[in-house]
Amino acid sequence: MKVDSYRFLPRSFRSFYEGRGSFAGEDEPVWAPFEKRLQESRIALLTSAGLYLKKTQPSFDLEQERSHPQWGDPSWRAIPAGVDAADLAVAHLHINDEDVLADPEIALPARLLDQLAAQRVIGGAATEHISVMGYQERSLEGWRDTTAGEVVAHLRSQGVDGLILAPA
Amino acid sequence: MPVLARWIERAGIPTVVVTMMPALAEERLAPRIVGVEFPYGHPFGMPGGTSMQRQVLELALHVLAGSGGPGTRVDLDVEWPVPLREAYRAWQPKEASPIVKVLLETGKRPD
Repeated sequence: MKVDSYRFLPRSFRSFYEGRGSFAGEDEPVWAPFEKRLQESRIALLTSAGLYLKKTQPSFDLEQERSHPQWGDPSWRAIPAGVDAADLAVAHLHINDEDVLADPEIALPARLLDQLAAQRVIGGAATEHISVMGYQERSLEGWRDTTAGEVVAHLRSQGVDGLILAPA
Repeated sequence: MPVLARWIERAGIPTVVVTMMPALAEERLAPRIVGVEFPYGHPFGMPGGTSMQRQVLELALHVLAGSGGPGTRVDLDVEWPVPLREAYRAWQPKEASPIVKVLLETGKRPD
């Protein structure tokens, strides 16, 4: 079975995504071998659903995106693994956020990952996962120059052995 | 997102991208890809659908840990349990996003 990558995309938008090739300057394979067994590995999650802690973190900047439609907030938020769904908000103008607010596990399955750690499927889960807002400037400048390095440092500080990224 | 995965991978942390658009992730040369035929906003499945969410997460873990080399793609053989027309409408925001408004007005992205 092969997934149809355009099944849920409006037909007129398909040409914006299909056949674009590699990103500028990113045309060679990259590879970091996964060296350990899963049972000895600490795993982290990254979502692009624009999740943030509504009491303690600023929202992603949607006003700037509204006034500059080709811009997207490149910042990131650390999301504690044990966060309650009620403490999360979503800042993302490109999806209906009702389902992710009802059950954030559909974008960031942190509780499930903790369960897999408790069942020894994996060695452990990160205590803080990562959230970004998926709609970005085409150059990805903010992610390249700032966010990627900060995310890597945050993952390393937790001894993370592998990362699961999920675009929203 | 596939490009962000590449930058993190290049820094030495293995990555897997769970995506509704695996063809795009392949074009962007994400190192490891799990394809899901789910509506946008739902990479791990249905709200409250723990068994489906676990299926996706476990597949992602096995692709993360067990792939032999760059460009590995495994698609999840699970059909979205909502009729297409309904699911297609349900994932979309109530108000068109700023860039989509521009696209609808001009027919092209403002680059």
